[in-house]
Amino acid sequence: MNGIEALMPGGALTPQHMMIAPILIPLIAAAIMLFYEDRQRKAKTAISVIASVVMLLVALDLLNRSKGSGPSGGNEIGLYLLGDWPTPFGINLVLDRLSALMLVLASILSIPSLIYASAAWQGRGQHFHSLFMFMMMGVNGAFLTGDLFNLFVFFEIMLAASYGLMLHGSGAARVRSGMHYIAINLMASLFFLIGVATIYGVVGTLNMADLAQRMPYIASSDRPLVHAGLAILGLAFLVKAGMWPLCFWLPPTYQAASAPVAAMFAILTKVGVYIILRLTFLTFAPGTGPSAGFGAGVLIAGGMATLAYGTVGILGSQAMSRMTGFSVLISSGTLLTVVGLAMGGGGVAMLAGALYYMIGSTIAISGLFLLVELVERGQGSVAAMLALTSDLYGGPDDDPEEPEGSGFVIPGIMTILGVCFAALAVLLAGMPPLSGFLGKVMILSGMLQGTGSGPVEWGFMALLILSGLATLVALVRVGIQTFWAAADDVAPKVKATEIAPIAALILSAVLLTWQARPAMRYMEATAAALHEPTVYINGVIMAERTVERQEQAETAPEPPPEPERERLGPPAPPMGAPAGEVQQ
Amino acid sequence: MELILSLGIGILVASGTWLVMRPRSFQVIVGLCLLSYGVNLFIFSMGRLRTAAAPILPKSGEIDPTAFTDPIPQALVLTAIVISFATTALFLVVLLASRGFTGTDHVDGKERQ
Repeated sequence: MNGIEALMPGGALTPQHMMIAPILIPLIAAAIMLFYEDRQRKAKTAISVIASVVMLLVALDLLNRSKGSGPSGGNEIGLYLLGDWPTPFGINLVLDRLSALMLVLASILSIPSLIYASAAWQGRGQHFHSLFMFMMMGVNGAFLTGDLFNLFVFFEIMLAASYGLMLHGSGAARVRSGMHYIAINLMASLFFLIGVATIYGVVGTLNMADLAQRMPYIASSDRPLVHAGLAILGLAFLVKAGMWPLCFWLPPTYQAASAPVAAMFAILTKVGVYIILRLTFLTFAPGTGPSAGFGAGVLIAGGMATLAYGTVGILGSQAMSRMTGFSVLISSGTLLTVVGLAMGGGGVAMLAGALYYMIGSTIAISGLFLLVELVERGQGSVAAMLALTSDLYGGPDDDPEEPEGSGFVIPGIMTILGVCFAALAVLLAGMPPLSGFLGKVMILSGMLQGTGSGPVEWGFMALLILSGLATLVALVRVGIQTFWAAADDVAPKVKATEIAPIAALILSAVLLTWQARPAMRYMEATAAALHEPTVYINGVIMAERTVERQEQAETAPEPPPEPERERLGPPAPPMGAPAGEVQQ
Repeated sequence: MELILSLGIGILVASGTWLVMRPRSFQVIVGLCLLSYGVNLFIFSMGRLRTAAAPILPKSGEIDPTAFTDPIPQALVLTAIVISFATTALFLVVLLASRGFTGTDHVDGKERQ
């Protein structure tokens, strides 16, 4: 008996259904909304906002539960066996500190996007809210699943919904970028399938924990094949995370997407980073046999190239939305490099700093995507210039329209927008006092303590600081053009429901800065747990089915001794009898 | 049998890759179809090739695992077929929309000058 369920008095005999709620809530909400006509927007907004708030509460509860103490190193593994199949055969959902953190991040981003969309964007196409909820279902499922093929299914749910959202609002630019986006993601999905099939063919399992358990015992003749399979699998997620040279689709796509959609797409790159982090630390964790550290060099080199590309790109962009697209790349590049360095033994402190940086930068990117649309609405002279450049760079050619319908229009909007813009720029550039600065300092200090200072570390440090400087230069330049422009530009009409989500996102980033100590403690324990894959593996492999627990409770009044199970022993031969095992 | 299957997968993937890199959106979609056929066959072959062996086990009685073939890749390939079919259909719609918006079937929405 292990994990969350063991801690629950009385709850041990039934599975903890809370874990599947982040998948079921958006699924049910999306399905219900399909019964509504598209004109009943108030009802749809209400349903999806309520679903998102419930999702946030569930995610916070799961976050609280995943914080354990004691022998597991403060990382309680929650396991949910779908259909109560025994562990390596059935699909399972696994909750640990990292997945709980990602669930919280996803639901924090979803509420502002939905409220923002309720002002105008939801009316520009069909089924916005249903698609949004289906995407949330895929994102949450990808964070929770512990099975490679189930991960593929959730990944496809997320992608299929994101294709629809990407095209929301239609228009030539969106359809063109959407076509590129769909084509590259279809290719990535095929790589995903090739990787999964290769791994299954050689190792004989699709369960991540089971795979990690078998990794040290794979015959040396089979090892290159497993490495190839995992590398091909990783390629699919690196496309999603936007590692150079797999990232050229990203800035035009995010630029062309409508504002609330782009704000939510900020989490999609983090899904890629999350899965890279999860799989590399399960299968290639430092100090776990002959495969340890595989792929670290690629992640470091690719991450640094992404950082450099993002830095050059953000300096070369004219439009604010394109700059935001490149800041997505800078964020991904930083995270991928840190994952690579941590694989090479970079230490817990650096990875913890990177997780902290990831939360802050994702929130800031999301907020900036929302803000950009408001600023670009109703710009006179600058808009003309942007129209010229967006033709060159392939931006959306439809002007952002004023929101239709009535609603409270904020006075003095340019001042408020300017203050929000400044806060987001400070967050993204990594200037004090907000969380971007803290995250970067913790990455760098952790790196210097952990790996020491070789040429790679110094190069990364230089790139990280340079990228911050470039972000600042670029955003200040476009900010001056926009907010210090001549007064003959008409200030855009902005509704309260459009500015409030941005303020809420900034507020959550400020909260993250203010509560930096408890947040960092959580991140440190998360990074430490990632370095101890045996906790995750044992948490999954040794978990008992509900039926077994109930039988034990019936036969013995007092809790029986825990049955001896194989702990990280050499596994049974993978092939041979794959089918027969299930039946016996 | 192994040689024929691997040759088939190789030809499908090679022609698919070539077509995906072509500038016409119709060529891209045909290329993606061929690639997904190749990948589906690959998944299927990862359960090892057997002739005259069923993947479905009887409900009771003594079971000799060597008499059966691995059912899991067959289940996986079904899922993969459904998903790639659906996404290809979606891509087809987007392709037609793009053709309608731009008046050309070039993937970039305009002919090269």
